[in-house]
Amino acid sequence: MNIRDSLIAIIVLAICLIWALADGPAAQQGIGSALRLMTPLLLACLAGLYSERAGIFDIGLEGKMLMAAFTSASVAFLTGSAWLGLVAGIGGALALSLIHGLASITFKGNQLISGVAINFLASGLTVLIGQNAFGLGGRTPALSGAGRFNPITLPGADAVRDVPVLGPIYSGLISGQTILVYVAFALVPITWWVLYRTRFGLRLRAVGENPASVDTAGISVTRLRYAAVAICGVLTGIAGAYLATGLSAGFVKEMTAGRGFIALAALIFAKWRPWQALFATFLFGLLEAIANLYPNLDLGIVTVPSMFMNALPYILTVVILAGFVGRAVPPRAGGEPYVKER
Amino acid sequence: MDKMPKWADVVLTPLISLILAMAISALVILAIGESPREALTTMVEGALGSSYGWGFTLYYATNFIFTGLAVMVAYHAALFNIGGEGQAAMGGLGVALVLLYLPLPHWGLALPAAMVGAAAFGAAWAFIPAILQAKRGSHIVITTIMFNFIAAAALNYVLVNLLRPVGSMDPATARFPEATNLPTLSDIAAGFGMEWGRNTPVNVTFFIALLACLLVWVLVWRTRLGYQIRALGKSEPGAVYAGINPVRITVIAMLISGGLAGLMAINNVMGESERLVLNAVEGAGFIGIAVALMGRNHPLGIFLAALLFGFLYQGGGELALWTSIPRELIVVIQALVILFTGALDNMVRMPLERIFLATRRSKGAAR
Repeated sequence: MNIRDSLIAIIVLAICLIWALADGPAAQQGIGSALRLMTPLLLACLAGLYSERAGIFDIGLEGKMLMAAFTSASVAFLTGSAWLGLVAGIGGALALSLIHGLASITFKGNQLISGVAINFLASGLTVLIGQNAFGLGGRTPALSGAGRFNPITLPGADAVRDVPVLGPIYSGLISGQTILVYVAFALVPITWWVLYRTRFGLRLRAVGENPASVDTAGISVTRLRYAAVAICGVLTGIAGAYLATGLSAGFVKEMTAGRGFIALAALIFAKWRPWQALFATFLFGLLEAIANLYPNLDLGIVTVPSMFMNALPYILTVVILAGFVGRAVPPRAGGEPYVKER
Repeated sequence: MDKMPKWADVVLTPLISLILAMAISALVILAIGESPREALTTMVEGALGSSYGWGFTLYYATNFIFTGLAVMVAYHAALFNIGGEGQAAMGGLGVALVLLYLPLPHWGLALPAAMVGAAAFGAAWAFIPAILQAKRGSHIVITTIMFNFIAAAALNYVLVNLLRPVGSMDPATARFPEATNLPTLSDIAAGFGMEWGRNTPVNVTFFIALLACLLVWVLVWRTRLGYQIRALGKSEPGAVYAGINPVRITVIAMLISGGLAGLMAINNVMGESERLVLNAVEGAGFIGIAVALMGRNHPLGIFLAALLFGFLYQGGGELALWTSIPRELIVVIQALVILFTGALDNMVRMPLERIFLATRRSKGAAR
């Protein structure tokens, strides 16, 4: 790993450090909020990573998350169990993944158009069904108690609270998150391991770069790609469930609010690699947290409006895509349906 | 040899896709315990049953013609422009700046000036993704998505901090001068002594949209530039071999596309709201994708598809008003149309091709 690859990590940690030195308590609050805000981004980003590394572009992350948020909130409300909600969320996202798989793998259609369609399908269906089921204008009733994923206090969090520096970091940031936050972070090394240390991962990467070679080796391109799309569905499902049952208490119309696209931006920013995805989503989470805390950020010389902070992930992505700061090269067979030679 | 006759490709496949989309929508309506037949009647009556309904249907259709043509021109150059939403929003800013800061005494003068502003701002917003695609190979789909969000943020900033009149809480510009308001079709009808579509927003822009259809057809199929665009879209190496500069054509195609999307603003910003409000485009940029796909990337098809979506949009509003079906039903139908005509095209096409091949073969055997 060279210095350029760890650039995002250095920037993110520098922002955290400067913030902590400038205003400790606010920084703790802000970074904690950033950790929660980055979780859906991270999950969706890793979801996109599996799919795109296998050569299936996915601009339907947004729609899948939205669908999952809705199904998970509905089931969590009806059963009173956040865990059943999580299962339903994964189911909802998987259903849309299946459509994407059918369109882009089986019927060799345009993956981008399929993604656009899935986003609209989710945005329409969630309100249509939600209004019909709950009559709250597309919202689900507020969740409480076991219907939500609640913060977990890690062992020893209270004991070390007064230890300088490490105490607040452990008890205030690392402890007290919901289980899905820990799942999201654990998925980063797991994804790295799967991708670079297992046979499945090697094949997955190969099928995104050169599917013909995988086919020649006697491995089914179709099956591999469906597997990748399914993993993508599971992860966006967890992301959506976290949005509706962890971050907030219920589903609200259009609650993903472009997070699927920010995750896509993070994926490009991270150049389709898991550890970089962690830091890219952390950076975007930080930006969102800063924009929330300081609507008009006064940097002394200039005042940065919150709109700029909100648009920054998109601007950064365009800059990265332009290749001025380290070129982002997508998997070579991305977006191309695989047609076997006859 | 073509597997299917041309008429089947142009008419039959979109029609079957539409029927599939409608059938699934009907199932969705059934699933939420409503009657699809009743929903359809409400929509037809609300959108086509009166001159009032037609007034809104044609107004929406005008928006969709522009955004549909925008997607189409880029599509012929093999560029998928999903930035119509942002380009149309920026077009609105162009219109607002022209009308607020240029003293134009009459709408006849204001309209061409506003059109230039709208097209210039829309095209400018498409320029950066275009040049990045052409020169640096940055995927235009991703950059145009990002530019939609950047446009929304920029417009939000401009409206809240710069163009908002003093003392107003609403993030919107001041009203445009009275003299620049476009005549609506009901005004024109009244001029002929007819009563048609009172209080509907459809205005002279509708005719400009029709003209745009014609001009785009001429451009794409009857000019050298159109030929170059299509050649690039079919095969880049082929185009290069024929001496076509891919960078130049990519940028020009995107500028035209962005300009067309921007032009939508003379309908919604200048013609309807008569001031620039936040989120004036209301998703019309995205509907352009469905319209272009449904219309098989031909201006005539786009006109018909825009009418269909205008009908769906107005009908959907009526549906929300008179039944308990929310207007998001239209978003579902839109999604299904995009899915079937765009992504699952082969699902519809493959069986059809098989049928045509089989009938041809049996004819051959009989002979």
